[in-house]
Amino acid sequence: MPFMLGTIIRNLVTGPATRRYPFKDLREPMPGFRGRIVFDNTKCVFCGDCARVCPSMAIEVDSDNKELTYHPFRCIYCGTCVQTCLDRAITQENIYAAPSDHKSVEVYRPAAVA
Amino acid sequence: MARIVVPFGPQHPVLPEPIQLKLECEDEKVVGVMPAIGYIHRGIEKAAERNAFRQNVFLCERICGICSIIHAETYCETIEKIMGIEIPPRAKYLRVVFSEESRMHSHLLWLGLLADGFGFESLFMQVWRLREMVLDIMELTCGHRVIQSTNTIGGVRRDIDKEMADDVRARLKKWKEMMDSTVWPAIKRDPTIKARTVGKGLLSKEQANVLGAVGPTLRASGVAVDMRMTGYAAFGELGFEPVVEEAGDSYARTLVRVKEIYQSCDLILKALDKMPEGEILVETDGFPDGEAVHRTEQPRGEVLYYAKGSGNRNLDRLKIRTPTFANIPPLLVMLPGCELADVPVITLSIDPCIACTER
Repeated sequence: MPFMLGTIIRNLVTGPATRRYPFKDLREPMPGFRGRIVFDNTKCVFCGDCARVCPSMAIEVDSDNKELTYHPFRCIYCGTCVQTCLDRAITQENIYAAPSDHKSVEVYRPAAVA
Repeated sequence: MARIVVPFGPQHPVLPEPIQLKLECEDEKVVGVMPAIGYIHRGIEKAAERNAFRQNVFLCERICGICSIIHAETYCETIEKIMGIEIPPRAKYLRVVFSEESRMHSHLLWLGLLADGFGFESLFMQVWRLREMVLDIMELTCGHRVIQSTNTIGGVRRDIDKEMADDVRARLKKWKEMMDSTVWPAIKRDPTIKARTVGKGLLSKEQANVLGAVGPTLRASGVAVDMRMTGYAAFGELGFEPVVEEAGDSYARTLVRVKEIYQSCDLILKALDKMPEGEILVETDGFPDGEAVHRTEQPRGEVLYYAKGSGNRNLDRLKIRTPTFANIPPLLVMLPGCELADVPVITLSIDPCIACTER
């Protein structure tokens, strides 16, 4: 123990290494953090490329009925769909996906033409 | 004296993952060991035959949560071998950076668990604080904190620009200062650590060779074998020398790993300095037709991948031999003769990763 004593005493007088979460905000995720996946239904052409490359089968595309189903709780946030999409309709934000008490599903249909 | 059998695991405070060791004891002394594995088999090799071969990169990453990127890298290099793809030089250096970050975090996690295993809670806390700094570097460079997901067949998916490289250098410098002032002196000189590890779990050079030990377990017994010496990715150009200790006990295995953390730090800095400019990914087309074997060095030792494809999107077979599987026979030689209270520390000294072993 003697070789840790200096560190232990220093730790007694300095603040905690962890963030005091409910009282203080968390640090921002890094700029390149791979977080929430967002689909833009104004750009999407429902080709189904993203569904074909998705390693965890989190995206289902029904090209005939123009409907895209995204399962955030199957998603591993690898970002392969974002790199694959030719229409740049998928973006990945650098914030964490929200927790939930049930496995929600997001359904996207073409945006109504104004 | 009557012999009794003490079950150690599958649920035990020092074991993060389930393995059972049936310890045959005479009084407090262990005289025989029988391991039992099979608690967390997930059928990943079979799942890899069902998935498309490009999607398997992400599946292989999930074999082990701690050395994830090296699994993905090995898989990619195996498929690249079959398909005859030469990845760009910059991608090779980036693979070194990402895999060494992963090695630093894995060894620091293990060192914390070991400190916790012999009851040195303050060292555990210090080590994990240092690990948090490495995780931040991983988040900065890869976008994820543990499962990095940056490898793909034909190269890597993330680049490190000049500003980010400077940020990584500054963070590593700070990390090194903290490591030098807190953890390293304690590991080197603390009598309580030495009392629990020196002379415990001896494995001689001959036994290590005969039983097929790999990784730090092998190198702590004085055998200089490290798959990075084969020069895969960019290790051949970085002047890699393996860390070797002669004693063969738990303390030597600790020292090998702590020195490897420093070595990984130096390798990242060297790779960032020497990294050539250029592409990071080559476009690949077609399907793997043929078979290949590839070996790389994980934090726990040598990992072997065998893949066979027959020209379609699914692989015919993917076989993985992980390091902990090779290190269980040496563990069975280390344990007999020790005190029952030393079993957790000796078991931890091989850095067991059971999720890898059973896949």
